[in-house]
Amino acid sequence: MIQEKTPINGISRVDTNAPVIEVKEIYKSFGKNEVLKGVTFSVNKGENLVVLGKSGSGKSIAIKCLVGLVEVDKGEINVFGTDITKLDNNELNKIRVRIGFLFQNAALYDSMSVRENLGFTLKRHAKDLSAEEVENQIKDVLESVGLSEAIDKMPSELSGGMRKRIGLARTLILKPEIILYDEPTTGLDTITSREISELILEIQKKNKTSSIIITHDMPCAKHTGDRIIILKEGIIHAEGTYEELEKSDDEWVRSFFI
Amino acid sequence: MNNIVTTKKENITIYLKETFNDVGKVTMFAARFFKEVVKPPYEMKEFIKQCYVIGYKSLPLVTITGFIMGLVLTLQSRPTLAKFGAESWLPSMVALSLIREIAPVITALICAGKVSSGIGAELGSMKVTEQIDAMEVSAINPFKYLVVTRILATTFMIPLLVIYADGVGVLGGYVGINIHSEVGLYRYLAQVLESIAFLDIFPATIKTFFFGFFIGMIGCYKGFNAANGTESVGKAANSAVVTASLTIFIIDMLAVQITDLFF
Repeated sequence: MIQEKTPINGISRVDTNAPVIEVKEIYKSFGKNEVLKGVTFSVNKGENLVVLGKSGSGKSIAIKCLVGLVEVDKGEINVFGTDITKLDNNELNKIRVRIGFLFQNAALYDSMSVRENLGFTLKRHAKDLSAEEVENQIKDVLESVGLSEAIDKMPSELSGGMRKRIGLARTLILKPEIILYDEPTTGLDTITSREISELILEIQKKNKTSSIIITHDMPCAKHTGDRIIILKEGIIHAEGTYEELEKSDDEWVRSFFI
Repeated sequence: MNNIVTTKKENITIYLKETFNDVGKVTMFAARFFKEVVKPPYEMKEFIKQCYVIGYKSLPLVTITGFIMGLVLTLQSRPTLAKFGAESWLPSMVALSLIREIAPVITALICAGKVSSGIGAELGSMKVTEQIDAMEVSAINPFKYLVVTRILATTFMIPLLVIYADGVGVLGGYVGINIHSEVGLYRYLAQVLESIAFLDIFPATIKTFFFGFFIGMIGCYKGFNAANGTESVGKAANSAVVTASLTIFIIDMLAVQITDLFF
């Protein structure tokens, strides 16, 4: 049972030890294609949960359900103690500002510079901030991802790794309590992947965020994950720490760790 | 033989179902526009930016096509009018043809090609690269920011571009007349203004608001609903031009019928 604390923005905050995300028996189909067939999992406050699975196993759809980008057919998704499947768009938006989402290709706004990408979101949610305060926050968050020099660049001028970092900076600027990472290291070289993994850990420690990290990159999973779940054909097939799953009796589970 | 007939019937049924489904979706999309357009917050900065992109940046294209329209229309009409000894009616005929029909339709078609396809490709690529999803998860309404501003900008900018094309076309007509004879600018303009009545301008201007609305709405609809994959960006742009062009002709036909009934 989640214990509620003082409400902020009309949405109750949860006790520090309680799960910040609780997904109960969610189902999602696209036509005849059943993607999620009763997925259940939870994420505790300050925990990094890694989701593994083959391509098409429903990992990305599962996290898109958590922010209401995809509507579930059945099931319950409790975020900060509120079932988001029952919320209207305005109520959902109050939850969304507390969740950061790093997309696979960073999804930076092509027509805006790095400064505008970061300021666009911030200005809309912190209307009382002065132009100087907005600029300072943009600089601070860029410094935290190590890309202060990229402030005036356009997304087309950035490398894959830089795009991911700027995407992460855009996510961090609203100071989210939960961050959802959709394949944060895909398409990056080993060194940059390691740097991104370290950045994820640094954010977890510094901001005490809870995260869900979808990845195919096993070093990233080992480095960042406190706990791992493995999705197979729309259901959770295995759950445990990296070390536990690596020694699993199930050959299919072990095949991820080879 | 029976199998072929059955297959054809099935194909027609599927086509009709898809068409009605599409019409339903476009209607819902338009309804959402009218719902969102009145609700604050208003994205004024983005609206002004879109007016600049759609209106100001289309000026060179509209200037060239408008001028050529007037020039060619004059040169093509001159021999026929000369046969009937009605050459002096040339300025009036060119002005009326341009204002009532040619400038609105040609300018709208050019904008369908430039603006509607541009919007379709831009929003389509934003959809495919998850930029629209990124706005949504940041609790920013992408429909309001991207769609409402663009539809409003086309609705207000296309009529202005058409009025501008009318003016440039009339100047093109002046140059066309002066290739074969010598007519002073003041005399030419006086004859043009004398021949134009309020009822020539009013219905023609009203229909351009509809042209603008549909050019924006079709571009936005195609882009906003693009499927995943880069191929769909091209499809969205292409489909936006074709649908918007066809819609312009349908609106024009309806506008002529309505004008005949009421004016």
